Amino acid sequence: MEIHPKEVSFRGGCVKVAKGRFGIHGGQYIPETLMNAVIELEEAYSRYKDDPGFIGELDGLLVNYAGRPSLLYLAEKMTNDLGGARIYLKREDLNHTGSHKINNVLGQVLLAKKMGKTRVIAETGAGQHGVATATAAALLGMECEIFMGLEDTKRQTLNVYRMELLGAKVHPVTTGTQTLKDAVNETMREWTRRMADTHYVLGSVMGPHPFPAIVRDFQSVIGREVRRQIMAAEGKLPDALLACVGGGSNAMGLFYEFIGDRDVRLIGCEAAGAGADTDKTAATMTVGKPGIFHGMRSYFCQDEYGQIAPVYSISAGLDYPGVGPEHANLRDIGRAEYVPVTDDEAVDAFEYLSRIEGIIPAIESSHAVAYTRKLAPCMKKDQIMVVCLSGRGDKDVAAIARYRGVDIHE
Amino acid sequence: MSRLKEVFSAGKAFIPFITAGDPSLEITEQLVYKMAEAGADLIELGIPFSDPVAEGPVIQAADRRALEAGTTTDGIFEMMRRIRRSCDIPIAFMTYMNPVFSYGTDRFMSNCKACGVDAVIVPDLPFEERNELLPFCDKHRVVFVSMIAPTSGERIRMIADKAEGFVYCVSSTGVTGVRHEICSDAEVMISSIKRVKNIPCAVGFGISTPEQAAQVAEYADGVIIGSAIVDIAARYGSECIPHIEEFTRAIKKAISNK
Repeated sequence: MEIHPKEVSFRGGCVKVAKGRFGIHGGQYIPETLMNAVIELEEAYSRYKDDPGFIGELDGLLVNYAGRPSLLYLAEKMTNDLGGARIYLKREDLNHTGSHKINNVLGQVLLAKKMGKTRVIAETGAGQHGVATATAAALLGMECEIFMGLEDTKRQTLNVYRMELLGAKVHPVTTGTQTLKDAVNETMREWTRRMADTHYVLGSVMGPHPFPAIVRDFQSVIGREVRRQIMAAEGKLPDALLACVGGGSNAMGLFYEFIGDRDVRLIGCEAAGAGADTDKTAATMTVGKPGIFHGMRSYFCQDEYGQIAPVYSISAGLDYPGVGPEHANLRDIGRAEYVPVTDDEAVDAFEYLSRIEGIIPAIESSHAVAYTRKLAPCMKKDQIMVVCLSGRGDKDVAAIARYRGVDIHE
Repeated sequence: MSRLKEVFSAGKAFIPFITAGDPSLEITEQLVYKMAEAGADLIELGIPFSDPVAEGPVIQAADRRALEAGTTTDGIFEMMRRIRRSCDIPIAFMTYMNPVFSYGTDRFMSNCKACGVDAVIVPDLPFEERNELLPFCDKHRVVFVSMIAPTSGERIRMIADKAEGFVYCVSSTGVTGVRHEICSDAEVMISSIKRVKNIPCAVGFGISTPEQAAQVAEYADGVIIGSAIVDIAARYGSECIPHIEEFTRAIKKAISNK
C-alpha cells in the first residue's frame, strides 16, 4: 500500500486497497465455503462505515457505554525516573471490560446486527477479546460462543467465568497447542459450519480481507484521540508511539492515524517469551518468515516445511505465530519498527508500572512498558512518547504471582 | 494431465483420500498400490499440515500423527518417485497454502511434475487468489483443481468457467468428516456447473458408506472419501492396509454401473 495521507482519514476510507492487500501482504486465503460470507461482510461494511446513522450509534456506544475517550495520562514519576522523554500513557485499560478490545467489538457486533445476524462467535487468547465480545453480545442481544485454547482457559480461569456470567458459551479448544492459534482455527471451522445467522467477530487486525481493515478502522479511534489529546497537552505531535503486538490491533489502532506523519516513530513490541533466540518465543517479526495462513499473507513462525511453529509467551494475548498483514507491510516499507521483549522484561515492567504509577498493566501491555524503559532514557527531555496501555492487569495478577513463586488462587 | 483424463473415462470414479505419512510413508506407499489394485481411479494424497483449517477431527488427527512420525514434503516427493517406478494411478496432492508457499511454489510444482503428481487441491486458496498457484501449475503442467461449495451461489459460473481437470464439489458446509446424510444440494450444484462447462464433477465431504457413495454416484462423476478411510488408518495403524483395500473394493463396487 502506498501511503496517502488523505487515506489516513476518518474510519479508513481505503478498505479496498488492491483487493485487501497491504503491499504484498493480506489477501483472502480461505475455503470457498466462506467466500460469500466475507464478501457479504465486505459489502455490509462499505455500506455502513460511512453511514451517519451507524457512525452515530457506534459513537454513542463508545462514549456512553465504553467510556471513551480514554485518558491520555502524563506519567510524571515514570518520566522523572527514566530521565528522558516525556511519557504519556494511553489508558485503554480504563475502557469498559478493561481493554481496547471493546472498540472493535462494539463496531463489529453492531455491524453484525445490521446485517441481520443473530449469533456471534469469536476466538480469544487471554480472554479480553472473548469478554468484550460476550459483553457486546449481551448488550445488543446476540447469542455468543467463544473459542479459547484449553491451555489459556487454565491460565485465565476468571475470564472464562466472566464470559459465562455474560451469557456466552465458552468452548475449550483441545487441538494443536491449545492456545490462540488453535482458537482461531476452531472459530474458523465453526464459521464454515454455520454462517447464515453467524458473524465471526475476529479480534485482531488479521485474517482474510476485510477483517484487517475493519478491525483497524474500529481501533483507529485510539490514534485519533491521541492526536487531539497530545496537541492539546503539548501543542505538537509525539516523537514515538509504542504498543504491544500479537496480531497487532491496539498497535494498529494507535499507529494508523500517524502513518503519514513521518517524524513519528512507530514501535511495535512483540513477545519474545524466553528469548527470540530460543524456541520458546512468539516474536514473529524477529524470527518469522513470509507465509500464508489464517486467511492472510504475512509473517509467521514456522519450520522449513511451512508447518506453523508452536509459539510461547507468558502473555496469552500475544502468544500467536503470526502478525497482521498491515504491520508486515509497515515493516517491509520501513515505516514501523518491531522489537522483541522477553517474559522477564515484561514481568519486571508489570511490577514497575504498578509501583511507580499505581497502574497495574495487562501483561500484554507490559511488553510496551518494558521497551519504554529502554528507550525513554535514550531520548531527549523535550521529546514525547505515547505508550498504549492496551489493557489492565487484574487478569494477570495470579499468573504473575505464580511466576514469582507465590502460590495464590484466583 | 493425460493421466487425469483417464480418471473419469470408464464410469464413475472413486477417489480415496489418505494422509501421507499416517502412520508412515512406507504404509502410505503400500496403500497407494493396494487402493489402485482395488479399483481407485485417482488417489488424493494429503500433505500433512499443522493447522488444517478445513478439516474435521479425524483428518486433523491424521495430520498430527503424520507430522509426529517425521513426515516432510521432501519425504513425500521421494515416496512419489518410488511409486511412479511401478504404478501409474493418477495422483492429486491435497494440502494447504503455507506448505506450498514456504517450499517455494515454483519448486513445489516443478517437483510435482518430476515426481508424477497430476493435480493439486488447496482448500484455503479460493478463486480470487488462484494466481498464487495457477501460473506455476500451468508452467509445470500440474492441474489446479477448483472447489465449489454449497454456499458458492453465483460464484459457480465464474469458478466452473475456469475449472480444469475436474471440479471438487463440497457436499456440505463445515469441515471434512463423516455425516449421516449427504445433502442433495450437491446434485443441484453439479447441474449448475455442467450448464457452464462440461467438466467431470466429484463430490466429497461427509461420504462414508457404500450406500451413500452409490447415492452420490447417481448424479456425480466421482465420489471422494477421506475421513472414513483415515479413520480406518487410525484404528488399525500399520495393520490398516487390508482393511482399506477391502473398503476401496466395496465402494468401487457400489458406484459401478451407476
